[in-house]
Amino acid sequence: MSPDVLLGAYIFILAIFVGFEVISKVPTTLHTPLMSGANAIHGIIVVGAMLVVLAVPGTLGAVLGFLAVMLGTANVVGGFVVTDRMLGMFQQRRRPTPKPAPAADGTGAPAADKTPKKAAS
Amino acid sequence: MTFQDLIPVIYLITAVTFILGLKGLSGPTTAVGGNRIAAAGMIVAVAATFATKEYGSYGSGGLALTIGGMAVGAVMGVAGGRLVKMTAMPQMVAIFNGCGGGAAALVSILEYTHEAQSGAPLAWGAVLSSVLGLMIGGVSFSGSAIAYAKLQGVISARAYRYPGQRLITGVVFVAMILLAAWLVLGAAGLVAHARLLVLVALAVAALLAGLALVLPIGGADMPVVISLLNAFTGLAVAMAGFVLSNQLLIVAGTLVGASGTILTRLMSKAMNRSIANVLFAGFGAGAGAAVGAREGDTRTQRAISAEDAAILLGYAQSVIIVPGYGLAVAQAQHAVRELADMLEAKGASVRYAIHPVAGRMPGHMNVLLAEANVPYEKLYDMDQINEDFKNTDVALVIGANDVTNPAARADKSSPIYGMPILNVDQARNVIVIKRSMRSGFAGIENELYLDPKTGMLFGDAKKAVEQVIAELKKAG
Repeated sequence: MSPDVLLGAYIFILAIFVGFEVISKVPTTLHTPLMSGANAIHGIIVVGAMLVVLAVPGTLGAVLGFLAVMLGTANVVGGFVVTDRMLGMFQQRRRPTPKPAPAADGTGAPAADKTPKKAAS
Repeated sequence: MTFQDLIPVIYLITAVTFILGLKGLSGPTTAVGGNRIAAAGMIVAVAATFATKEYGSYGSGGLALTIGGMAVGAVMGVAGGRLVKMTAMPQMVAIFNGCGGGAAALVSILEYTHEAQSGAPLAWGAVLSSVLGLMIGGVSFSGSAIAYAKLQGVISARAYRYPGQRLITGVVFVAMILLAAWLVLGAAGLVAHARLLVLVALAVAALLAGLALVLPIGGADMPVVISLLNAFTGLAVAMAGFVLSNQLLIVAGTLVGASGTILTRLMSKAMNRSIANVLFAGFGAGAGAAVGAREGDTRTQRAISAEDAAILLGYAQSVIIVPGYGLAVAQAQHAVRELADMLEAKGASVRYAIHPVAGRMPGHMNVLLAEANVPYEKLYDMDQINEDFKNTDVALVIGANDVTNPAARADKSSPIYGMPILNVDQARNVIVIKRSMRSGFAGIENELYLDPKTGMLFGDAKKAVEQVIAELKKAG
């Protein structure tokens, strides 16, 4: 076994433990963003795609390289955008919590802050 | 130290940002930051890759292909991620996951072909990583595509079963493994073969294996499947990391593989089934034929009007809302929030009971209700709230079915027997908002609907809730 592969194997095994350790503490509420966030992280394959984009000469090789970069980028960008959007909604609902102090229900202020929220949904 | 030497260090830093990102996702306050840290690490790693020697050797042709591919991919990602409705999130995760799997498979194909064409003898270890990356990535790609199609409604979400289906699935998987073994043994010099032909055959076998794996699984189990395929893609990326001797890919892929595995286990546990049972039992194929209404059971469901529901709710001191997929489909979360506000203004306590597998993903309901600004403290997990149903005036079930089915507790012959459920049937009154009497995704009857204290309010979840709100307003 070459030293490179052996090193890779060490990293592989240690990363399994790190992954289990970090992730076993995630609360149920955040499972959906976690799945989506993990999905974005394996988009790192786009780096691999770049490293082999023209490794095979010829049209077919170029087409496959192009597709690999395209799919990898879609994975990264889509993954992070979806995750950010999901998490944004978790943030949104935290804002009203410190707010109830000025209990001004009948005034125009609450109506004004409702509008952007509806637009965002 | 030149910049070239720095690139591996940058990759190392990126690997750390990924770990921090996943760690950040374990708390609601740190989650956004965690996601952004990981995204920043990703950008830095991609930027550094432009400066690598391997990439530089491809010249302007490689650059043009990369920029083109990235432009198209970024448009796909932003359009898919931004424009899609919140209810469609599960299938978006599926399709982006499939993209990653496809990319990993292509990277393995390209690197193997590159090595094979260079004329040098192939190292069997590198070939093993390549074929594993190709197989796992290919299965993830076609499997995710099917999962997407089922959730999006492109094809029926039912479990497709046909005679000899297990045999065919078995044959496809055995063929895939034999082809892979052929390539590895060929590299070790033990057998001779036409390398590229076998490679193409292996790619086709992997795609077919993904189809054979996911087609027979019913729509209710898709979240578990997506989670599993997410782990697969992670593993495929790690294998690509071995092929390219790139430690960053190994770390990132393995982290995702581990997280997907844990999540998959948690989800199947929540349904009280093993992963093997989810994959091979073909849940929901029977379409309720086996567990229909029993002979001699003369009970029928009781339909009620929005007015009846409003009266019942208007006098209730305590209400527990049980949301399900029907709420997500109808986008009823804002209407539900309004109803809850009205009931609270009348002095009732309103809480939400969230089953771990309500909706189509874990946490699906939390996300939707968060969108409607339902306070976090009002959402209760099953274990926290199940004892309280018996002291509750009204349990309002909105578009949830199988997670409220008492048969899971009592009826040993039911396919969902043993699945933990919400004890909705113990509440003093039950209102079920549902489009029709059709059975849920699991394809089985729900005895809750035949209970005399259960009122069925038929209709689209959003419209029904709005009607109840209107009736409540009329009553003042």
